[in-house]
Amino acid sequence: MLEIKNLHANINGKEILKGLSLSVNAGEVHAIMGPNGAGKSTLSSVLTGNPAFTVTEGDVTFNGKNLLELAPEDRSREGIFLSFQYPVEIPGVSMVNFMRTAVNEHRKYKNLEPMSASDFLRMQREKKELVEMDNKLANRSVNEGFSGGEKKRNEIFQMAMLDPKLSILDETDSGLDIDALRIVANGVNKLKRPDNASIVITHYQRLLDYIVPDFVHVLYDGRIVKSGGKELALELEERGYDWIKQEVDGK
Amino acid sequence: MEQQYIDLYTAHHESIKKHSAPAMNGLRDASFAQFEKLGFPTVALENYKYTDLKESLSIDYGLNINRIPIPVNPYDVFKCDVPGIHSYLYFVVNDGFYPVTDPRNTQLPDGVIIGSVKEVAATHPELLKDYFGKLSSTKEDGLIAFNGAFAQDGFFMYVPENVVLDKPVQLVNIMRADVDFMAVSHNVIILEKGAKAQLLVCDHTVDEVRFLSNRVTEVFVAENATYEHYKLENTHNKTTNLSTLLIDQDASSNVLANVITLHNGVTRNMIEIDVDGEHCETSLCGMVIGDKNQQVDNFTSIIHNKPNCNSRELFKYVLDDLAKGAFTGKLYVAKDAQKTAAFQTNRNILLKKTAKMRTKPQLEIYADDVKCSHGATIGSLDETALFYMRQRGISADEARLLLMFAFTNDVIENIRIPALQDRIKMLVEKRLRGELSKCEGCVICQ
Repeated sequence: MLEIKNLHANINGKEILKGLSLSVNAGEVHAIMGPNGAGKSTLSSVLTGNPAFTVTEGDVTFNGKNLLELAPEDRSREGIFLSFQYPVEIPGVSMVNFMRTAVNEHRKYKNLEPMSASDFLRMQREKKELVEMDNKLANRSVNEGFSGGEKKRNEIFQMAMLDPKLSILDETDSGLDIDALRIVANGVNKLKRPDNASIVITHYQRLLDYIVPDFVHVLYDGRIVKSGGKELALELEERGYDWIKQEVDGK
Repeated sequence: MEQQYIDLYTAHHESIKKHSAPAMNGLRDASFAQFEKLGFPTVALENYKYTDLKESLSIDYGLNINRIPIPVNPYDVFKCDVPGIHSYLYFVVNDGFYPVTDPRNTQLPDGVIIGSVKEVAATHPELLKDYFGKLSSTKEDGLIAFNGAFAQDGFFMYVPENVVLDKPVQLVNIMRADVDFMAVSHNVIILEKGAKAQLLVCDHTVDEVRFLSNRVTEVFVAENATYEHYKLENTHNKTTNLSTLLIDQDASSNVLANVITLHNGVTRNMIEIDVDGEHCETSLCGMVIGDKNQQVDNFTSIIHNKPNCNSRELFKYVLDDLAKGAFTGKLYVAKDAQKTAAFQTNRNILLKKTAKMRTKPQLEIYADDVKCSHGATIGSLDETALFYMRQRGISADEARLLLMFAFTNDVIENIRIPALQDRIKMLVEKRLRGELSKCEGCVICQ
C-alpha cells in the first residue's frame, strides 16, 4: 500500500529525514517510536504534504501513485488521513459545515453525488457513537474550546467519517487520560479492517497496549534504525532509547 | 478644485434655495461660508490622511440643482428586493426622493412619517425645525459644510412615542445618470421616546459613469428608543461614496449600526455616535470586502458623555489585490462618564502583500472607573488551519473561502433581522467566491 524509499526532507534548510525507508501493507498496524527530535512528526507532515517541509530525495508511492506529486487535499482523497498531534482550532467554521464539505469533496473525487443532508446527519450520528462524542460538539466551531481529550476524539470521529485507507496517528495518546485513551483506541480498533492500515506514532508504549501493532520501528536521526514485532516496544519501555543510540552512533 | 463649486454656489444659490426647503436653507449660507473657509479635506488633515480624495474630486460632475426629474423607474433597475425581506420600501434616485409610493407603504403604523425632507418641511415644519442640522452644523468638516451648502433634499423618517415599526424600512439609493454625476443629500431620522425602528440603506449604481455621493444622515434616538441602522454598499468601482452618519442617543436607548461594504470604488464612512444619556447600549459594527483598487475608510467615533453606558465596536476587513483599507476608532469617555464599559476590535486579513490596511484605535479616557479595551490585528489566513482543512480533503480554494467566511461571520451575526442576515450571508459568500455579488441588474462592474 505505502512504499517509502530513501526519503530525505528538510524544514528551513535543516535536514530532518535522512534516508527513511518503510513499507506498509493492507491490514497492518505499524508503530513508529523514537526519542524527541528523531523526525517522527516530520514523517507524518511529509506524507500528508505539509508545505512547510521540502522533500529533497527519495520516493513515496501509495497504491501505485507517486504520493509526492499530489496536493495535500488529493492525498486525503486518495485515502491518507492524519490524526494531528495538535488539532487546529478554526473559529467560525462549524464542525458540521467542515465535515460535510470534506465528505462531499471526497465524494466528488470519486465521481459521486454530494450526500443528502439527511444521509449525512445519519452517518454523523453513527460515527459519533464510535468515539462517544458529545452531540453538542458537532454544533460548535472546529476544535474551538474543545478539551485535549475532545480534540483527539474529534480526530478519530473525522477518521471514521472519511474512511481512510491509511491512517497516521501522530501522538494520539499525548494529553489523554486513561479513559479517553481507551475510548480513542477502541474507536481506532473498530475501524480496523483487512483492507486498511495504520501508522501509529508514539513516544510511549502505553498506547500500544490498546492498539496492538504488527511491527514496531525505531526512528532515530531521520532513519529507521531498528524494526521488530510488538515485543520491541516493551523492550524500549524497559531500556529506553540510549542503547539504540549507542548502537547506531557507535557504528 | 473648490473654486468651481464656490462659483457655482455664488451664481446659483437662489436656484438651490428655491428648489429646496426653508428648514434646509436656514443653515445654507453659513455652511457655504464654512466650506469656503475649509475647502475639501486633504490628506494633510489628520482625519483624512488615509483617504486621498484628489482624484475623485478632480472629475467634472454634474449636479441637479434645478431638480429636473430623472427618468427612471426604480422597480425596473432595482431587483434586490429578494423574497423574505418584508420591508417598507423607499427609493432615492441620486439625491431626489422617488415620489411614487410603494403600495406596501400604506400600512405604516399611525403617526409614522416617512418621506422627503423637502416635503416634510412643508407639511410638518415643526418636526424639522428642532432637528435639522443640529448635529451636523457643529462639525468642522469640509465635506459636511459642502453638504450643508448643496443638499436640497433627503430622506426623512419620524417614529412617534412608543410606536414600533413592525417591519424594517428599506431605503435604496440608486445612482442613475448619463454624465458623471454628484449627488448631495441630507437625511433626518427621529425616534421619539420608546420608539423602535430598523433602517436598511442600500447603495447601488446603475450606470457606468463616475458618481460621487455626499450624504449626511442625522439620527435622533430619544429615551428608551431602539434604532438599528444597516448600510449595505454594493456600488461599482467608479463610485466615490462620502457618507456621514451622526447619531445622538438619549438615556436608556439602544443603537446598533452595521455598515457593510461589499463592493465599491472609494468609500469614506464617517460615523459618530454621541451617547448623551445614562444606561445606553451602543453597537457599531462593520465589514469590508475589498479587491482590485477599492478603498474603504471607516472613520468612527463613540463619545460617552454620561455614566453607566456600554458600547461595543467591531470592524473586520478582508483585502485582496491593491485594495486599501483604513479604520479609525475614536473612543472618548468624558470625565463624568463613570462605569462606562467600552470594547473595540478591528481585525484585518490581507490576502496579498500588495493590499494595505491602516488601523488606528484612539482612546481618550477621562473617567477613572471604566472598563475599556481595544485590539487591532492585521494578518493573513491561518496557514495551519488551511493545512488542517486540506488534510481532510478540502481544496485550498474552498478552505480559504471557509476561513474568510468564518472571519466575517461575527459581523454578520450582528444583524438582528433574520432575513437580512441570511441574504447578507449569501451575498458575502458569493462575493468571497469572486462571483459578482450583484443584486441582479444593478451592478455593472467588470
